[in-house]
Amino acid sequence: MGERTFSPINYLRPGLRFPFCPGCGLYALSDAFLRAVFELGYDDFRRFCFVSGIGCSSWIPSPYYLADSVHTLHGRSIPVATSIKLLKPELHVVVFGGDGDIVGIGMGHFIHAARRNTDILVIMGNNMIYGMTGGQVAPTTPLKTRTTTTPYGSFEHPLDAARLAAMAGANYSARWTTAHSKELKECFKKALQMDGFRFVEVVTQCPTAYGRRAGFKDIGEMLRWFRKNAVLVAEAGKIGEEELEGKIVVGEFIHRRRLTLVESVYAVLKEAQKDV
Amino acid sequence: MECENGKRAFLQGSEACVEAALTAGCRFFAGYPISPANEIAEHMAARLPKVGGIFLQMEDELASIGAVVGASWCGVKAMTATSGPGFSLMQETIGWAFMTETPCVIVDVQRVGPGTGQATKCAQGDVMQARWGTHGDYMAVSLCPNSVQEVFELTIRAFNLAEKYRTPVTLLTDETTVHLREHLVIPPLENMEIVNRKKPKAGEQIFFGLESVAPMPSIGEGFNVAVTGSTHDERGFRFTADPVVHRRVVEAINNKIRKNLDDIVEVESYNVEDCKVGVVAYGITSRAIYEAVEEAEKRGVKVGYVRLKTLWPFPEKSVQRLAENAEKIIVPEMNLGQIVNEVKRVAGCTEVVPLNKIGGGELITPEEILEKILKEAP
Repeated sequence: MGERTFSPINYLRPGLRFPFCPGCGLYALSDAFLRAVFELGYDDFRRFCFVSGIGCSSWIPSPYYLADSVHTLHGRSIPVATSIKLLKPELHVVVFGGDGDIVGIGMGHFIHAARRNTDILVIMGNNMIYGMTGGQVAPTTPLKTRTTTTPYGSFEHPLDAARLAAMAGANYSARWTTAHSKELKECFKKALQMDGFRFVEVVTQCPTAYGRRAGFKDIGEMLRWFRKNAVLVAEAGKIGEEELEGKIVVGEFIHRRRLTLVESVYAVLKEAQKDV
Repeated sequence: MECENGKRAFLQGSEACVEAALTAGCRFFAGYPISPANEIAEHMAARLPKVGGIFLQMEDELASIGAVVGASWCGVKAMTATSGPGFSLMQETIGWAFMTETPCVIVDVQRVGPGTGQATKCAQGDVMQARWGTHGDYMAVSLCPNSVQEVFELTIRAFNLAEKYRTPVTLLTDETTVHLREHLVIPPLENMEIVNRKKPKAGEQIFFGLESVAPMPSIGEGFNVAVTGSTHDERGFRFTADPVVHRRVVEAINNKIRKNLDDIVEVESYNVEDCKVGVVAYGITSRAIYEAVEEAEKRGVKVGYVRLKTLWPFPEKSVQRLAENAEKIIVPEMNLGQIVNEVKRVAGCTEVVPLNKIGGGELITPEEILEKILKEAP
């Protein structure tokens, strides 16, 4: 057997090209994911199903990955992924979505999937903005940021999605940025080898809809901002809330083994059929 | 409640719906509590796991219908049940199911609206919502039972049409019909037609947008199927700006229904060729027409009726035939006039007279229909 070498081509549909803007962080996000899949020994996506919503991040698998992919409505990927996982428990069911999709319009499903410990991996590309629709403020936009719908600066507190997933019941929740490609890849590998609800938030640069208006000169400056402001979870606990304002807390927020939805549902089936 | 095939049973409409769904092969249900549709979910929760199916109570109706569509793409027949407000919430995903050509069954147990209205009371106000509830161009298929027996038969038919034409199908029922307890005869299994979707052969790559109904692969079969509610070509690849691709896919999903009306549309009709007064009715209201027609005939009035078992696509031909013979057509409905406008659309010069009643779940009685027939009779 020859040595395996990584090539993204093996996982992508021939003849199609990602539609993302130059400098978009989603290239790096996808690359880290594909490398994780490769390093776990999968040469194709036969054992995967991808589900996504509406937004740039949702376009990563659909239709670009050479796999079964279900491109759903804005915010509705998680319920669709839920039934797919229950009916096809042998597959890795992976959800791709943006921050608006997963924790804006889709927030209810996100919390409930974490509560149920639904056996899916949710990867959220958090660009802190509604990118596809032209740069409107998102629930993840840092305070005082200028966007197309907050021309005087955003006046709401941003959401901490990774911490929320951990509190709501997920088996695994982590956050990294596109400036942490190695950590991100390792985090995907870990999450793919677990059961239950797994959430990976990837803070990613959107130079077009975010960086331009928020005052970043170029992509390099955005990536340096991610690096400079990243604080490990363990360190964050020692810092006061005020000091954490504007920082990006990275690392694992939870890593545990709770009863999962697949386990529960199949236990019910067994119980119901005992006397049949 | 379990019932054997080929036997008489005494069931509630909700139970008949569940038993029929299981007979049709339904193995996935997701729903959210809402009156007056709860009994369907409750029976399903008890019955589905016994036959190896999965029941989920989701966090809302948006999640419920989403899970149903996901299940269908796993090759499993799937259903949800709701009432007006929940049906409203599901509309976006129902549109997605039309666009992705996903077979699924939605039971809408109608109650009094708009808004929260009267949650436990019977009405027929969701008729146009079943036709035009979601945005864009599509051909809705809705079936409308008027007895427990027919709930059973039309639930099976709803699954069969959904599978055959790869489309969502609504069973448009109402509070009273699903809460009725009646005898029904469950035909022997071998006498029932159960339709399963057409599957692609290995290597096939065309899964969408055919008037002849494209074969539908399931997730996990190696077809690498790309499912999207955005405008797509036959392979499922997005084309969000191309007018030709859009026209092709949307015309195909409309034509696959439009060109098969004879297969899809079902009515019960009586004395259509020899009547002076016609009645067009559907659902619970249509139960009152039998006695009204009988009484009118005793009084020498020639009455005919068309009972719409298929509500959408609208049974134009049958209603037109009634209109050619009758001088007036009476349309009783538990709303302020919905199907009456469809009847007017196809009735030509024949006068169409509405008979409406809303609120409190009070049904339109045979006496009220009789009175109207006698008043309008020439």
